[in-house]
Amino acid sequence: MVDEIQKRLLEEIAGLHEMPEGAYNIRANGEMASRNTTANIDIISKDDGTGIDVRIKAGTQNESVHIPVVLSESGLKEVVYNDFYIGDDCDVTIVAGCGIDNCGIQDAEHDGLHRFFVGKNSKIKYVEKHYGSGDGKGKRIMNPGTEVHMGEDSSMEMEMVQIKGVDSTVRKTTADLAAGSKLLVRERLMTHGEQSAVSIYEVDLNGEGATADVVSRSVAKDTSYQKFDAKIVGNTLCNGHAECDAIIMGNAKILAVPQLEANHVDAALIHEAAIGKIAGEQITKLMTLGLTEEEAEEQIINGFLK
Amino acid sequence: MLELKNISFEVSEESGSKEIVHDLSLTLEDGRFIVITGPNGGGKSTLARVIAGINMPTSGKIYLDGTDITEKSITERAKMGVSYGFQQPVRFKGITVHDLICLAAGKELTVSQVCEYLAEVGLCARDYIDREVNASLSGGELKRVEIATVLARGSKLSIFDEPEAGIDLWSFQNLIRVFEKMRETDREGSILIISHQERILDIADEIVVLADGKIVQQGGKDEILPSLIGTGSAASVCGKYNAGGKM
Repeated sequence: MVDEIQKRLLEEIAGLHEMPEGAYNIRANGEMASRNTTANIDIISKDDGTGIDVRIKAGTQNESVHIPVVLSESGLKEVVYNDFYIGDDCDVTIVAGCGIDNCGIQDAEHDGLHRFFVGKNSKIKYVEKHYGSGDGKGKRIMNPGTEVHMGEDSSMEMEMVQIKGVDSTVRKTTADLAAGSKLLVRERLMTHGEQSAVSIYEVDLNGEGATADVVSRSVAKDTSYQKFDAKIVGNTLCNGHAECDAIIMGNAKILAVPQLEANHVDAALIHEAAIGKIAGEQITKLMTLGLTEEEAEEQIINGFLK
Repeated sequence: MLELKNISFEVSEESGSKEIVHDLSLTLEDGRFIVITGPNGGGKSTLARVIAGINMPTSGKIYLDGTDITEKSITERAKMGVSYGFQQPVRFKGITVHDLICLAAGKELTVSQVCEYLAEVGLCARDYIDREVNASLSGGELKRVEIATVLARGSKLSIFDEPEAGIDLWSFQNLIRVFEKMRETDREGSILIISHQERILDIADEIVVLADGKIVQQGGKDEILPSLIGTGSAASVCGKYNAGGKM
């Protein structure tokens, strides 16, 4: 069963106040806590117990799958492999995410490796939130890996959010896109204290007319470190855009490494990267509206990461 | 009531210090509408920023309703009832027009309340309410949102630094109506506008001409305006506009 700490984590990462509607699989402290399947969405544990397979039938429309993971035990380390097999002509929302509450002295780590096989003409919205809490000395570590294989004319919108409390993260996302498919990535990241976050994307545009738009907005505070490394490879007539927009504060460090590789004359690829502190005029404007300097800064960051 | 007493403002430069505002004293009574005009570089914007607390005067005192606010921060002055519309409005990634108007009002507003402020400045709320106050807005749109933030604050002293800058002709007519309405509906509130526009000067109670950091002329509109017509301190809008705004 799910305890109070885990309930709070679930609320943070998946907006869940109670059991979600539709299909779900809740994993708590390394074990399955709860599961529900529907006529169209099946969830099966892998034989070796290392994760789950989510199978979505062709033509499934307007359904959702929640697969949150919560850890509230210090010293727990796990690697989980989740595979999503999505049939043709689907329209589904997948909500993943991981919350770690570590009050102990040992590190707690969850490494989730997700693979998506998206069928032709299917439309997927994927939301992944990471959250850490607890005041123990043990670190909260998450290293998610995501692999996306997109069928013809499919589309996938990925929202990746990590706002608070994760000490160390290395996120690697790779995608290959068939003809006419479209990938949209929106990453929101905030690091503080001594946290470190590395975000790596590699997108291969293989099919004619494939489109990728990878946009990261991040805020690095205190002495934290961020690296954004996005590579888009255009192998045919395609459109690719990568953007990193970061606010730097305190003694933080940010490294942005946008890369484009065009292997075809009709590959249209663009990258943009901007790193800067909050503009003084922005703070001043909000102060003239009656906000204190701290409140102004908070509003600017909240808006930027919204 | 706003009182400026012997305000000076200096900036340090390589060759020594330069005085932008020199020993300036001015009183703005409640319910009054003052327009400050004068040549570029005369110290008008600096004076407005000194009143809002963005620049601290080198010497002199500022009183709001008898309270000395010279040492008060921008935030404190805002809370005491000073509003300031920027000449060049600031852009914010991610903050929507709705968010900004609510921040200005100091409370959560309903969509229809936000709409009222946007309609005042001639923006169709449906098209703008969820737009971000970022580079996707044109200079004129941004300026109108900026003016709406001052309206939403509804404070006792509203300062506008060249509100007409970047505003197209149609909106300019609208802008005049905004100021006229402000003074009709809020008899207690006072307005201080920095402008070169004859049509804005024409609706003032009082005109102050600032040059080289000093007041060179001051008096009622009827007294001052005729002497300014045709000078850079009272520029008229384009003649085609007066003919009906048809281009």
